Amino acid sequence: MKKVNAVVIGAGAGGGVVAKELSTGGLSVVLLERGKWLTANDCRKDDLRNQRSSILGNSAGPEDEGNPRVVVDLQGRERVVAPSQGGYSNNAACVGGGTLTYGAMAWRFLPKDFRMKSTYGALEGSTLDDWPISYDDLEPYYEKAEWEIGVSGDDSNNIFKGPRRKPLPMPPLPPEREHGILQAGAEKLKLHPFHIPMLRNSIPYNGRAACMRCRWCVGFACEVNAKCGTQNTVVPTALATGNCELRTGAMVKEIQLDEQGRATGVTYFDSDGHLQEQPADIVIVAACAIESARLLLNSKHRLHPNGLGNRNDWVGRNLQGHTYTGAIGYFEQTIYDDVGPGSSIAVCDYNHGTPGLRGGGALCNEFIRLPIQFLGFMPPGIPRWGKAHKDAMRKFYTHTIAVQGPTQEMPFFDSRVQVDANVKDKWGIPVARLSGDKHPHTLEIGRAMADRAADWLRASGAVEVWKKLPGRGTSGGQHQAGTCRMGNDPKTSVVNRNCQIHDVDNVFVADGSVHVTNGGFNPVLTIMANAYRVSEHIVKTWQGTRFRS
Amino acid sequence: MQPTIRSATLNRRTFLTASAAVAAAGCSANKNPWLFFTQDEAQTLAAICDQIIPTDEDPGAAWAGVVTYIDRQLTRHFKEHQKTYREGLAATERLAGGDFFNLAQEKQLAQLQKMEKAKDTGPFFSLVVAHTMQGYYGSPRHGGNRDYTSWRMLGVPASPARGRS
Repeated sequence: MKKVNAVVIGAGAGGGVVAKELSTGGLSVVLLERGKWLTANDCRKDDLRNQRSSILGNSAGPEDEGNPRVVVDLQGRERVVAPSQGGYSNNAACVGGGTLTYGAMAWRFLPKDFRMKSTYGALEGSTLDDWPISYDDLEPYYEKAEWEIGVSGDDSNNIFKGPRRKPLPMPPLPPEREHGILQAGAEKLKLHPFHIPMLRNSIPYNGRAACMRCRWCVGFACEVNAKCGTQNTVVPTALATGNCELRTGAMVKEIQLDEQGRATGVTYFDSDGHLQEQPADIVIVAACAIESARLLLNSKHRLHPNGLGNRNDWVGRNLQGHTYTGAIGYFEQTIYDDVGPGSSIAVCDYNHGTPGLRGGGALCNEFIRLPIQFLGFMPPGIPRWGKAHKDAMRKFYTHTIAVQGPTQEMPFFDSRVQVDANVKDKWGIPVARLSGDKHPHTLEIGRAMADRAADWLRASGAVEVWKKLPGRGTSGGQHQAGTCRMGNDPKTSVVNRNCQIHDVDNVFVADGSVHVTNGGFNPVLTIMANAYRVSEHIVKTWQGTRFRS
Repeated sequence: MQPTIRSATLNRRTFLTASAAVAAAGCSANKNPWLFFTQDEAQTLAAICDQIIPTDEDPGAAWAGVVTYIDRQLTRHFKEHQKTYREGLAATERLAGGDFFNLAQEKQLAQLQKMEKAKDTGPFFSLVVAHTMQGYYGSPRHGGNRDYTSWRMLGVPASPARGRS
């Protein structure tokens, strides 16, 4: 294969942005994606087979055959699991990655989210720390992501947000019924409700149509292409430069290093299963927190016997996603209006500042629930089958609002990704092995957030309220992060502030792996913004063979 | 073509006639129309499913095609559960003295409540509960939720399905 300037591994939120920025910056790029290029035409409205409810499999990858992981539970028992099964912590495997099928909340983290240790002090048993960059460092790139990829919403009533120089490019969608009910309740509690920023067209934007408000949203590819992901924005832009080649069905085996320990490219299995070598000056890893860690750990070398960047045993550590907690309220009036995407209103009053808690999370009304998903929202005490269960479905389905949110997790060193010694995938590559737990304080915060959600529902008129409480064990899934921490000290991090592996200057990581902490928010806009920032650094400092220091 | 079960309140003779009629409409009257189940197993399962989601003012699980949903998936995504179903349905018949389908409704219910709590049959019953909910409340494209029956019941408009239906 012809040598290129940069090989990017993974065409999701991070990799798609990097491919576009480097190719428009004049570098030659090969973008490797293990999955397929699915489009709006592949939208299958199948509530049993999608990225949200994978009872019959995932619709946007990876396939169940040949892609196992090993999961170790709290009792130390091991299980081999397929991508559609519980515990696998799947995101997606396709061009666009999770952004093809996500709910598309477009959060900027709050300034304090980047300074958790400075704000709250060290926490025993947690690797809680500050990011080496601040909100202000990332702000211009948040703006770039919002305008290039496309965000609608209106957060002007969110008094807790960091300063923004430009408003969002699109107005919010008109409110659905839940929005008005919760707005009144929030005002009664003197909270600060606002329209959630979403990577979704509310008006025609970037040559694509506006949302048609259907219920087939989170978990599905958008039928009218109104959801903005990397697959319908930056990836096509990258390809249009003529500098970027996308290869799908390409599974990277390892990163190749020379005798001095610098990367020379990658080896990968192509869509026919043949092993190929792609030489490159720079390697950018953006395969998602679990797979990026797995790739680094599988890239062993004389100078990196425990895996690339893993001299101090930090690769794969601090795996975190989000603990979702909240409450469900039953209302006397009919709530269900069949208007998607359903989620639209949030408060950030509880992200920080609750006495005794080191953080919190946004509280939002949940996306529209398909009947099969509602089974998980039924109140306690309802028999799980029989006439009483059927009666309860009829009573509650159209009369409930769910409020929940992602609790910011306290990073936990023993929540981790390793490579398994025995189990291999269909290409013969050792698979990821997930193990660990959550820090007890994460559960404490989660329970408090559930209480706040219940208060909001009661103030909004719910006559019966039940809570969704946090559970133990590792989290990850679509919000997976933390496994290749960014930091100034090589002893306690994997990459530097430019997301360069500490002792290998031509390997970068540009996905959620680098997050020190993961905010009380869906992390995708932060992944995109950071990918813009890292790309700018590469384009500005790359001089053909070396980086300008 | 998959058979559909009109109602679990049918008696044994009419159930067999109904499925035989469907089979005859295909090509051979003797051919078992199910992919995984025997005719007897399908009938036992239909009765279990109809206790899990019974018929009232809205149709029950069997009418909605839940047995078809389970039968299909046992040859696809649920292959690992084949043994559990085979043994679980045999145990159901054994505990019923050989004819669960024709037991009185209250006796069926009492037996299933016992099976739910028993160590040996509990996992099988939990699996049937989960699969019955999926077949009844999930998309019709997989053989269950016939005529969008559960969505109509809940007040969710049916929507045009793109792709395979």
